[in-house]
Amino acid sequence: MANQKKKEPVKVKEQDALKRSANFEEVVFGYSEDEALKESVRCLQCRAPNCIAGCPVGIDIKKFILQLTQKDYKGAYLTIREKNSFPSICGRVCPAEYQCRLVCVLSKKGLPYASEESINVHFLERFIGDFGMKQGLEVEKRLEEKFSKFKVAVVGSGPAGLCCSGELSRLGIKVVIFEALHKTGGVLRYGIPPFRMPRDVLDFEINYLKKHGVEIIPNYIVGKSSALEDLFVQGFDAVFLGLGAGVPGFLGIKGENLCNVYSANEFLTRVNLMSAYKFPEAHTPVNIGEHILVIGGGNTAMDAARCALRLQKMSGMVPNTTIIYRRTEVEMPARRLEIEHAKEEGVKFRFLVQPQEYVGDEAGLVKKLKSLECRLGEPDQSGRRRPVVIEGSDFELDCDLAIIAIGLEANQVLTSATPQLKTDKYHDVVVDPETMETSVKGVFAGGDIVGGEGTVIEAMGMAKKAAKGIIDYLTRK
Amino acid sequence: MKILEKEVLSDYQGTRVVRMKVFAPHVAAKARPGQFVTLMVSEEGERIPLTIVERDSECIKIIFQEAGLTTKLLGKLNIGDSLYAIAGPLGHPTEIKNYGKVIIVGGGVGIAEIYPVARAFKEAGNHVTTILGARTKGLLILEKELKGVSNEIHVLTDDGSYSRKGFTTDALDELLSKDKYGMVYSVGPIPMMKRVAQVTKKYGTFTIVSLNAIMVDATGMCGCCRVTVDGKTKFSCVDGPEFPAQAVDWDELTKRNRVYEQKEKHLCNLNKIL
Repeated sequence: MANQKKKEPVKVKEQDALKRSANFEEVVFGYSEDEALKESVRCLQCRAPNCIAGCPVGIDIKKFILQLTQKDYKGAYLTIREKNSFPSICGRVCPAEYQCRLVCVLSKKGLPYASEESINVHFLERFIGDFGMKQGLEVEKRLEEKFSKFKVAVVGSGPAGLCCSGELSRLGIKVVIFEALHKTGGVLRYGIPPFRMPRDVLDFEINYLKKHGVEIIPNYIVGKSSALEDLFVQGFDAVFLGLGAGVPGFLGIKGENLCNVYSANEFLTRVNLMSAYKFPEAHTPVNIGEHILVIGGGNTAMDAARCALRLQKMSGMVPNTTIIYRRTEVEMPARRLEIEHAKEEGVKFRFLVQPQEYVGDEAGLVKKLKSLECRLGEPDQSGRRRPVVIEGSDFELDCDLAIIAIGLEANQVLTSATPQLKTDKYHDVVVDPETMETSVKGVFAGGDIVGGEGTVIEAMGMAKKAAKGIIDYLTRK
Repeated sequence: MKILEKEVLSDYQGTRVVRMKVFAPHVAAKARPGQFVTLMVSEEGERIPLTIVERDSECIKIIFQEAGLTTKLLGKLNIGDSLYAIAGPLGHPTEIKNYGKVIIVGGGVGIAEIYPVARAFKEAGNHVTTILGARTKGLLILEKELKGVSNEIHVLTDDGSYSRKGFTTDALDELLSKDKYGMVYSVGPIPMMKRVAQVTKKYGTFTIVSLNAIMVDATGMCGCCRVTVDGKTKFSCVDGPEFPAQAVDWDELTKRNRVYEQKEKHLCNLNKIL
């Protein structure tokens, strides 16, 4: 191996930055077959691979990459599907550089995320996932007669709910998903923009479940339309709660309720779920400013900024969207690819800034953001260096539209209506970490409503565990 | 989600107020006075909140004024047509108890929203005095229905074209100056609710209003409907829609509710519904 010439990582083809920043079409084209093969042979097939443990659901990465190099795409697909029901989704949104790629032996050490030399596992996963989708590949069902009499209610159709439904229906359990919104997919649809998660991919995955007997009831808010315990009365044997972390956090600073100060959730819901980027053909409006500030450093901040910049361009304005973050680029929790894409598209970044107050005009419209500069202090519990404000460094930024993307909290619509469901101080649902069962018998939970805000794949990992918990519970019944 | 009944309650210079009965068992089963639904007319439409005015085991009734594009499109639907989406019941129900004597104040299309609450207060044994206000006679709705659930009713029109000339708050001020009331409940245009809050504050009367903030998902997910109550930020959809009137930051709500005015005008012009 040592004398073998080091192969360069295969760059993925993308839509031209100038062009794509004025549309909502998918940015990353994904690997062609040749590119995927070229990238896959870079894998060293380590005797004791780290990558598998780096994956929150433990995909046998080594095996699927080997199958890929042998052009056994179907085999590779089935290998991934053993652990992950939605490779086309995860291949697009997984922060692989913080997971499997970070521990890849090819990655240079010393950074909080993988270096570009590590294998592009996510692009390979996406190639295989999309292959399976195009070919209509299906995993073998494991129908078991004893399960066919059971009915499970899944609350929420986001990553956790979809994943749990897939796992259960595979055994022949009747699954009914209750979704509060009019469309399915949860954060995959209202949060992640179509240029990152094309709607046909999402629809395909959801239709796959429907085709295999999963029933989806939209516009149904468990906790409002019916109580949690009503589901048992309706004949369900168990319930899975995949409610997500739906409530936007705010900074709690002065002027935050001025007009055109949006939560990222509102801005993205208007744009993505309600298609405000197609206004007036779609009827839900969203406002756009000349000086847009997005506050935060995660994927949501990148998504909001990239949507905002696109809308500025699409409405003939000079693109002027800036991400404000209180630490520096290296501490940003966003996927590195999103940060790069945002930069390429023209999103500006201003680091080490702590917002203090929004200032508005007579009509109540936001006009300025007063801020302080920061420096990095000692590392905090997250291991990242903490921002420390510099007294007297006050300055103002023009801001006629602000989007706050500083994180989400638990939605309490169901939990507050269900006092017997134990929650912690963050209002997250408390579960047995082994079975994912809640304090209410037969009710299981997973995803952001359990762990707080996490990634799609982490939610799916918990949902799989909960599915196993449900299966054991039903077996004992 | 099928429309089973449709009735035009008022039609004044082309502005109609329409009542619809919609088949929505998931909503109807749990609906209580003071709660609302969010609905969509079509896939590309907006989600708009509307109060549940009446319910039976499977159906709800909604009442709306054809004000913006969505309500105009809704008004174009006929019996047998279906909505694209309807979800609920949302928000906290009104706390119904016996206060002794209560005053219920409804203005404009807000009269639709006070009806279920007035009825529930009456059924709970309260002495219900209702004050209705409309800009003009042609815009007054549900007078007969509210008479049926009130011990006493006062109707006012801004222009004096029907009943007494004046504002609801004129009658409210008079009533409160003469007698003690356990609470005042009010729904109507923001300027009216703001005035109600000012009048009742004078007499120290506990007052509840139901706010009509702009919403998107209406389930606590977006924060579009945030209002300042007692100096704290609340979400109208999940914390409300009812709040103590005297604690609401009315000026902020007024401004926030105007934030899409231009876009709405543009939309209506494009679609030339009127």
